[in-house]
Amino acid sequence: MRTLWRVVRIQLRISLSGAMAYRTDFLVEGAMALAWMALTLLPMFVLYSARDTVAGWDAPSALIVIGYFMMVRAILEGVVSPSLVALVEQIRSGAFDYVLLKPVDAQVLVSMSSFEPWKIFDLLGALAVIVYAFWRRGYGPSAGDAVIGFGLLIAGVLAMYAVWICCAAASFWVVRLDNLTYLLGAVFDVARWPVQVFRGAWRFVFTFLVPVAIMTTYPAMALLGRLDARTIVLVAAGALAMLAASRALWQFAIRNYTSASS
Amino acid sequence: MSFARALRAAPTMLRIGVAETVAYRAEFLVWVLTTTLPLVMLSLWSSVASEGPFKGYSSNDFVAYYLANLICRQLTGTWVGWQISEEIRTGSMAMRLLRPIHPFFAFAFSHIAALPFRSAIALPIAVGLLISSGASSLTTDPAQLGLVLVSIALAWIITFSFLFAIGSLAFFLTKAMALMNLYFGLFSLLSGYLMPLDLLPSWIGRIAAWSPFRFMLSAPVELLVKPMSRGAAAELVGKQALWAVAIVLLAMAVWTRGVKRFEAVGS
Repeated sequence: MRTLWRVVRIQLRISLSGAMAYRTDFLVEGAMALAWMALTLLPMFVLYSARDTVAGWDAPSALIVIGYFMMVRAILEGVVSPSLVALVEQIRSGAFDYVLLKPVDAQVLVSMSSFEPWKIFDLLGALAVIVYAFWRRGYGPSAGDAVIGFGLLIAGVLAMYAVWICCAAASFWVVRLDNLTYLLGAVFDVARWPVQVFRGAWRFVFTFLVPVAIMTTYPAMALLGRLDARTIVLVAAGALAMLAASRALWQFAIRNYTSASS
Repeated sequence: MSFARALRAAPTMLRIGVAETVAYRAEFLVWVLTTTLPLVMLSLWSSVASEGPFKGYSSNDFVAYYLANLICRQLTGTWVGWQISEEIRTGSMAMRLLRPIHPFFAFAFSHIAALPFRSAIALPIAVGLLISSGASSLTTDPAQLGLVLVSIALAWIITFSFLFAIGSLAFFLTKAMALMNLYFGLFSLLSGYLMPLDLLPSWIGRIAAWSPFRFMLSAPVELLVKPMSRGAAAELVGKQALWAVAIVLLAMAVWTRGVKRFEAVGS
């Protein structure tokens, strides 16, 4: 465990010094984060300019879902996607053999292989959106709701990480999946809307098959104090179950790994 | 001169494109899944509109709009920008430069060859749905429907050249990928991919109406679902043709400038 922690810290330091080497990116990424925030908020703005509530969600509450969405997206683009791109490349070129040779769990090495530190701007923007939403509502969350809301944020991040590990495992069989990150991004994009806005088949898909609801809608409802205890437990259990399943799939995939170079 | 040579090589290059497509099946499935985003937006807006028309759009109008959107996007979407910037970054572009055909045509043919495969799954479903459930919101004027085909072809040229230009920026910049993301953000908003342009706040709508993004997707969709006078339809396609010429020239300019700086990293 201590070794794992040290490896992660070193990887982080490498990514950080990589990012510091391109200091002009600091400005570019900051500006991009602002532009993305505007782009993310616009559809919601359009929707609520003509409606007061949609499927039981008023504008400030929906804004909290967007805040969670931006936060999880920042983590997706800051940690998960860069690592996935690196992994796909390693598998294609055969360099993944060297990762397997190292005396550290391959899943940890792969998940932490590359960071985009500048995504911290997006994280700050997301926090600002949530604070603004509560300011619009006129009152903040209770301490208990805040704790549960934060806990479910972690559950949401874990659920997303599980989906990502499944994609990474899939790339052992179908090699050229460079656009997988775009698919992940496109599907995940749905998470900006409260899941109740969707109807019928899509709501089922986004709650159970591709559980984007776990990633944003439920944590936001918890923060708003709208989630009963049973659902909280179910959401947390669902996230953990996904994590366990993805770990099993990863180990199965790695047993079937046939190197590209040998 | 170079154009005639490209034309002569066209059948072979199309065959290569088909072979590439068949070789990377999984990638195609992923791509097809990625382009079905309009279906999600369709679900969203049609459930919003089921409580009453939204800014003049009924539930049925949304169905027609997003299905038309899906069809046009399937036919015009390309990922050439990612390919080019990746090949420049890794240095494998050097191989292409050795060949006697301009990469613009080489990429174009390979993408055209992939088109039937990419649209094989989604297109029949979308067309079927559009005719069965959104027919009342479609245009019926045969001349306007004919223009749709021209407009889709022009939209393809504009999208392809624009992405070709952005991809070529990798000759100058190390982080062209970030630009690509910015492109996609602007495209989703200003091309009508996310939502019909007339739903946007009016000042953004005015920008969108003049931006090239509108002519990458929204123009053929508008021709499909919006009844308009023949004059207006012709004007739309005319503007689109002008944009097509301008952006092809831009792509060529960026490419020729950039290729002089090419250092073929790694080879």
